Amino acid sequence: MLARAVTFALVGLEPRRVEAEAHLQFGTPSFTIVGLADRACQEAKQRVRSGTLSAELEWPGKDHRITVNLAPAELKKEGSGFDLPIALAILAATHQVPRPRLEEHASCGELALDGRLRRVGGVIAVAEGARRAGLERLICPYEACAEAALAGVEPIGVRHLADAVAYLRDELEPPEFVVGNGRPRRRPLDLAEVRGQERARRALELAAAGRHNLLLGGPPGIGKTMLARRLPGILPPLEEEHALEVTRIHSVAGLVDPDHPLIGYAPFRSPHHSASTAAIVGGGPRLRPGEASLAHRGVLLLDELAEFQRPALEALRQPLEDGEIFVARAAGTVRFPARFQLVGTMNLCPCGARGDPGAECTCSAQRLARYRDRLSRALLDRFDLVVTVPRPRAVELQESSGEASEPVRSRVVAARLRLSAEPPSRTSAADELLTRAVERLPLSGRGRAKVAAVARTIAALAGSDAVLPEHIAEALGYRAPPDLAA
Amino acid sequence: MIVLSRRDLPPLLSAIHDPPARLYLRGTGEPDLLSRTAVAVVGARACSPYGSQVARMLGRELAAAGVVVVSGLARGIDGEAHRGALEARGLTVAVLGCGIDRDYPGAHASLARDIAERSLLVSEYEPGIEPAPWRFPARNRIIAGLCVATIVVEARERSGALITADFALEEGREVFAVPGEITSALSAGTNALLRLGATPLTSAADVLESLGMEPPRAVPPTISEVAASLLERLPASVDELVRSSGLSVAEVAAAVAELEIAGLAAEGDGLCRALARPVG
Repeated sequence: MLARAVTFALVGLEPRRVEAEAHLQFGTPSFTIVGLADRACQEAKQRVRSGTLSAELEWPGKDHRITVNLAPAELKKEGSGFDLPIALAILAATHQVPRPRLEEHASCGELALDGRLRRVGGVIAVAEGARRAGLERLICPYEACAEAALAGVEPIGVRHLADAVAYLRDELEPPEFVVGNGRPRRRPLDLAEVRGQERARRALELAAAGRHNLLLGGPPGIGKTMLARRLPGILPPLEEEHALEVTRIHSVAGLVDPDHPLIGYAPFRSPHHSASTAAIVGGGPRLRPGEASLAHRGVLLLDELAEFQRPALEALRQPLEDGEIFVARAAGTVRFPARFQLVGTMNLCPCGARGDPGAECTCSAQRLARYRDRLSRALLDRFDLVVTVPRPRAVELQESSGEASEPVRSRVVAARLRLSAEPPSRTSAADELLTRAVERLPLSGRGRAKVAAVARTIAALAGSDAVLPEHIAEALGYRAPPDLAA
Repeated sequence: MIVLSRRDLPPLLSAIHDPPARLYLRGTGEPDLLSRTAVAVVGARACSPYGSQVARMLGRELAAAGVVVVSGLARGIDGEAHRGALEARGLTVAVLGCGIDRDYPGAHASLARDIAERSLLVSEYEPGIEPAPWRFPARNRIIAGLCVATIVVEARERSGALITADFALEEGREVFAVPGEITSALSAGTNALLRLGATPLTSAADVLESLGMEPPRAVPPTISEVAASLLERLPASVDELVRSSGLSVAEVAAAVAELEIAGLAAEGDGLCRALARPVG
């Protein structure tokens, strides 16, 4: 007696077809799972047996050997999503579920001991695998319906193993579900709460419009982080294709909201500075996407940049250049997309008093040099906008609040349209100014290119068809200060 | 490498209380450039942006007037003074507290190379001798000894730069101090020097005047009216300029960049400072 159910295993973000084959034969009673199953997957035995009995279904008799093979055998299977296909394959082998009908469906989900189904990560990727394999329906936990529907398959949401069996026997209609709207669940933080800091606000707007990487420096407690956290609020919503891409990554990491799975807005990630290299760029034993990939099409904030471990920071250079991360393993290489916008904040010295007129810096020259050496030139070179945020005066803090995020966001959207339709080009006067600046100021070749790019964004924000000298001049003000630049 | 014996030392240096037994020279500069009019620019290693900008400006303007800028190749003020002189394509001499073949501090290795290409690095220690804390005060007597005047840009109380100033005073050379904020620890040393009677320095022209030299007449760069009006409000942060001038951030940022290109202002740690007084 042999039956099989189709599911998909994830390698990084990519679904690979896996068949759960169940074979029953007479002999000493036993239950074996083969096919490179990891620990969580081996434990499926207990969950599947208890779940089946709790659903008041029959477990194969006392004189049966049960062998489950997860094919292809050379692919490593991880996690608890194989519970449902294993259970359905065994039930089909014992003729409790019609076999041909089961083979028309893909399935995934974790079983509880009482037979209920639990959500697993990566359902959207599994659903995508099903669609590509020509399977139109995916049996999945009810909470994952909205997510599976995004991939273009018909989700059969079930709450209990008994429901899945009833559906396959044609005794039950799959329940209705609601698809979310892709808007953020919580209102993003608003710029209206920031008082003063005109220059940093301007830099934030430029960063949003031109997708520039931004470094905010300054003494502690002046609102660098507060400003950086308000960047997502002025970013335009994601295009549909990008939203699906982002949702897939977040789903694999198990971070998707069941009721509103689609992430139609720019994600925002701010890992703590103690984060390991694997936590930031992805990898680890289960090959999960890292913070850099979770920030794909959004913002990666590294608060207190100089406190991060240097290997973790250096690992970000590849994604900053290519927009993707390749994690190499003996078994093969996995690709995670990671086209994020980097925002960093840092103090100007280890004691933090530098740049603060009200405090005295006590750092020695060596200590200061060591602090700044923690950031490689190569990484600092990736920041197009570098702004030193001064401590605001008491007068500024008493003032009424600043401009809200919404008008800024509409300007950003308009500028992005202009930049993608026909990016403004430099006038000859602007070129002349740029050349003179390279002669007079410490500005490298790469520095020149960054100034040119920022100037283009400034022109687009101003609604200008050409990059004028005044745009170049403003852009020059955001270059890295000489003690941070190469 | 050239070695000067005691007989060949420049006259000013051989006139001090305990001149070095010999002087090792590295670089392409002629040994007799040590006999030309020289001014020492010294100060704190952990300096403020104000200090580093003043040091660079003094290095540049003194070198442009034909004065040899002497300093100790240390981080902070010393390095900025050397860089300013190199910027003006002038002459600058670095006096080391170790063998002349050692690049100390390591961060200034490329600066040392630049100096060797145009001028001289000198030391009384044999090549190969390691830097040691007690060698630096001894080195300072050579800095002061080579120069007709010593400028202290920024110094804490008990700073090594004050030792250089002491040597200069003992030998009867002129000592200038750059005034700083009375509340800042980084200016405690220089302000104490001023109280003791050092000459306050307000521009490179003060030094040149006391040496009987004419500052080179530079053509004042032409700048826009907006930039000129902002120059009068410095030092200030961009945000403060926006507030006090009523201009937009973009306009202020563009005007500040104009001043920087013209060499009239510089920005450090979020604060813009004027490097020269408004023209006219």
